[in-house]
Amino acid sequence: MSETTLILNGSAIQRALTRIAHEIAERNDTSTAVVIIGIQSGGVTLAQRLAAILAGIWGHAVPLGSLDVSMHRDDLHQHITPKVHPTAIPFDVTGKTVVLVDDVLFRGRTVRAAMDALNDFGRPQRIQLAVLIDRGHRELPIKADFVGKNVPTAVAENIRVKLTEAGGEEDSVQLERT
Amino acid sequence: MSWKRKDLLDIESLTPEEIITVLDTARAFKAVGERAIKKVPALRGKTVVNLFIEPSTRTRISFELAAQRLTADVINFTAEASSLKKGETLKDTARNLEALNADIIIIRHSATGAPHFLSRFLKSSVVNAGDGAHEHPTQALLDTFTILEKKGKIAGLNVTILGDILYSRVARSNIWALLKLGARVTLCGPSTLVPKVFEQMGCRVTYNVEEAIADADIINLLRIQHERQRKSMFPSLGEYSSLFGLNKKRLALTKPDALIMHPGPINRGVEIDSEIADCGRSVILEQVTNGLAVRMAVLFLVNGGKGPQEVGVA
Repeated sequence: MSETTLILNGSAIQRALTRIAHEIAERNDTSTAVVIIGIQSGGVTLAQRLAAILAGIWGHAVPLGSLDVSMHRDDLHQHITPKVHPTAIPFDVTGKTVVLVDDVLFRGRTVRAAMDALNDFGRPQRIQLAVLIDRGHRELPIKADFVGKNVPTAVAENIRVKLTEAGGEEDSVQLERT
Repeated sequence: MSWKRKDLLDIESLTPEEIITVLDTARAFKAVGERAIKKVPALRGKTVVNLFIEPSTRTRISFELAAQRLTADVINFTAEASSLKKGETLKDTARNLEALNADIIIIRHSATGAPHFLSRFLKSSVVNAGDGAHEHPTQALLDTFTILEKKGKIAGLNVTILGDILYSRVARSNIWALLKLGARVTLCGPSTLVPKVFEQMGCRVTYNVEEAIADADIINLLRIQHERQRKSMFPSLGEYSSLFGLNKKRLALTKPDALIMHPGPINRGVEIDSEIADCGRSVILEQVTNGLAVRMAVLFLVNGGKGPQEVGVA
């Protein structure tokens, strides 16, 4: 038996993204130095939405990429075979401000792997982290710069982010207890 | 989708979904090879052994580079320089390698089933790099990867495999992979090398090369395996070339967008005319590039396929 609680509905998700986009714009004076990179697979759709909102704020297109971190994970030796998604970074990240985007920040291992993976593409001037949900339980000294919503959770609980681009009927963030 | 095998022994036992998983994963690894830094830490601290009891250059180098690009340590082991010459059995050799904590053993052997034999008692992953005339799974995977990349699909394509089918592990693995993914397979060559029994696998067999290539979307040429033929299966290479070799005149009969493939090493002037091997429709060198990506994907997947599956959460 699993029990689900609605954390964010569609309009709340969109409001959170709009606020994050304004915070990104506020933090970064030089808008042309900012690039958005979504972490596969949950962060990619959110990165697309953030880039679209930022383009509206700044009046110019924002470079958008996607990054798969499965080859850089530190838990591969535990015999996990993650699904490997394409990485597409069609621009040079060297000297840029990279805003990494993910749906849920949990233990912090994915973000560490993402920063390692990003190193292979160049040397960004700085890396910032935007997440829709921060659910706590960090195992590494990693902190998000931009957070949609902080959600206190138990380890056994699960956060499920559904977005229409991925085939969901409507956008939602749910907390599942099993 | 998920990969749950510790070994890659053959194509015959794979499901179409498992084949697609390898091809999808290979696409991501191909992109790694196109970066300035062509190395990822996925197999950091792992040991990969190339156990090549039968000589090979390109497959061994491809596996070696694949392992290095995954940051694994690689040991090369060849029959000429090994204790097999001193009478050690294959089983003992393999157990010695495992005692050195080898994580993945890549084996090429002249005997059918040698990789299957090893996989029964080794905890290490076993990858078949060619066993006798039985299977060469990574070659079939890189061939289907190349076809998929060039044509955008496999299902419904006409694939003609031309040459020495009887002694070819490449042919057997390709036939399994192509049929599982929904292609139509035609086999052609001298009747001594293309027995009718292959029709039972679901292939079309013909001895008329013009007919075999006329409607083909893919023409995969195979080398004559001199080293495996116990007696002469056809009168001369010259006659083979004139009856079955792909020359300009025959190329003119094919579809204008038909791709020419060859697993290498090519014998110019025998199964393929030199200028065709170098023409724009030949994807022979792209097969080599894709082979690296496919082998990285296979090493990555078998390494992960050893234990309980649990997809990592953020």
